[in-house]
Amino acid sequence: MKYLCLVYAQETKLANMDDAECQAYDDQLKKNGRCIASEALQSVETATTVRVREGKVSITDGPFAETKEQLAGFYLVDAADLNEAIDIAAKIPPAREGSIEVRPVRQLKGRQF
Amino acid sequence: MNSQRSSNVLKLQVSSMTERTEEIQKTVSEVYRAESRRVLATLIRLVGDFDLAEDALHDAFIAALQQWPKDGVPANPRAWLVSTGRFKAIDVIRRRARFDTSLSSIAEQIDTQANDPSLLDEAGVKDDQLKLIFTCCHPALPQDARMALTLREVCGLTTEEIARAFLTSPATLAQRIVRAKTKIREARIPYQVPSLSELPARLDTVLHVIYLMFNEGYSASSGDSLTRPDLSGEAIRLGRVLLELLPDPEVMGLLALMLLHESRRVARSTPTGELILLENQDRSKWNRNQIAEGSVLVERALSRQRSGKYALQAAIAAVHAQAPQPEDPDWAQIVGLYDLLLQEVPSPVVELNRAVAVAMRSGPAAGLNLIDQILDRGDLADYHLAHSARADLCRRLGRNKEAQISYERALALTELEPERRFLEQRIRELSR
Repeated sequence: MKYLCLVYAQETKLANMDDAECQAYDDQLKKNGRCIASEALQSVETATTVRVREGKVSITDGPFAETKEQLAGFYLVDAADLNEAIDIAAKIPPAREGSIEVRPVRQLKGRQF
Repeated sequence: MNSQRSSNVLKLQVSSMTERTEEIQKTVSEVYRAESRRVLATLIRLVGDFDLAEDALHDAFIAALQQWPKDGVPANPRAWLVSTGRFKAIDVIRRRARFDTSLSSIAEQIDTQANDPSLLDEAGVKDDQLKLIFTCCHPALPQDARMALTLREVCGLTTEEIARAFLTSPATLAQRIVRAKTKIREARIPYQVPSLSELPARLDTVLHVIYLMFNEGYSASSGDSLTRPDLSGEAIRLGRVLLELLPDPEVMGLLALMLLHESRRVARSTPTGELILLENQDRSKWNRNQIAEGSVLVERALSRQRSGKYALQAAIAAVHAQAPQPEDPDWAQIVGLYDLLLQEVPSPVVELNRAVAVAMRSGPAAGLNLIDQILDRGDLADYHLAHSARADLCRRLGRNKEAQISYERALALTELEPERRFLEQRIRELSR
């Protein structure tokens, strides 16, 4: 089963974290076949929000909502169940500074696997 | 003549069949009360889905009502129900598989498990109950949903009963349960007992839920009868199973607390269901074995490093149980234990209980002062025991008018018939 682990944290705090540590965990997850995809994101200041309303595309600067913690990266992982996904998420280094939202991936209707 | 005789025989047969059917219906409802939760726990493991297992449980009992009058009650009703429920669930999955081919492998998988002898042994069934508890109490579920789900699935309380315990509407509660089950299914919360390393962290929620379950049995949230022994017994049983699995001081504390309360069950109401206060109870009716077992557990629990909330509450109950004079336990010690308890659990209900103990130690005025502080803050306004405790202290101080108002407020807030009768009697006495 696939879970998306969304990494949320205050960017100022994340700036002090060691990229090498994050890279090492990423490598480990990829090596044991648990990680399907993972990326760290640029600062939320570089974000653009896109909406389509009544056929019109509206483009705004920045994130969707003002929150203390921003989306900083993600891991798409393959885990047997939620307990295993939680176990993987708890070892993501920024979990110590921010929080990891673990979301099961939904199968789109009509899609064959 | 002949035909008359045969019709008499027929009548006799019919009446004995009706009797037999009635008798078996009674047996089925007894089995339902005793076994339905265990059967459900095992069915969830076997079919891997709460709703499917609940439907299967329901179908199995309907089948029992139809088949047992014809074939007799099976030697092992639980095994019969699990096996019947499992077949019903496989049928449902096969029918669904006509529309969704991915399901047929699931049906096959459940089907092949049928020959596994460990399916129904006593240890397996016990383990299933624990799995069900830990799944219902999974930390990924919201706190209120954990309790609601456990009370529904493990205790078999109705949505209405749980709603009353939560002071919310049955519709809200039903929705909470549906959401929790959806999360278990969609996020794939596993049906298992947590590993030893996870166990302590997951335990506190479980203990809380078991204690709620016990209280639901000890002082039911509504109805004519003050107690529902099955539920309390079930909570104590779960407490014992947990203690076997994890000899944690708080599990000991909780089990001790439940046993010490349980020991007074017979003494706390009259045969007609009237409430008897602790100081007026006939102590010869207290269950000495339960007090002894509870007291030993309290001592074991308190000998560990830090005393938790259950061990402290059990210690308070033990001081009451061991008092040389019923009306005169060591109130100073009880107040001291409440002080420690407040550090562990800073809650208005604990404050209220401490206030009552202070009233016993230092006089009603001191206790009333503390209760008024709680109520003035806006806490416990809807809690009937806060108002009845206040009323009692006012009565002792001779402030009858105030006492009457507080008794009436308490009366408006409780649905329990014995408590209502008790409060009504107090009001009558005051208005004389």
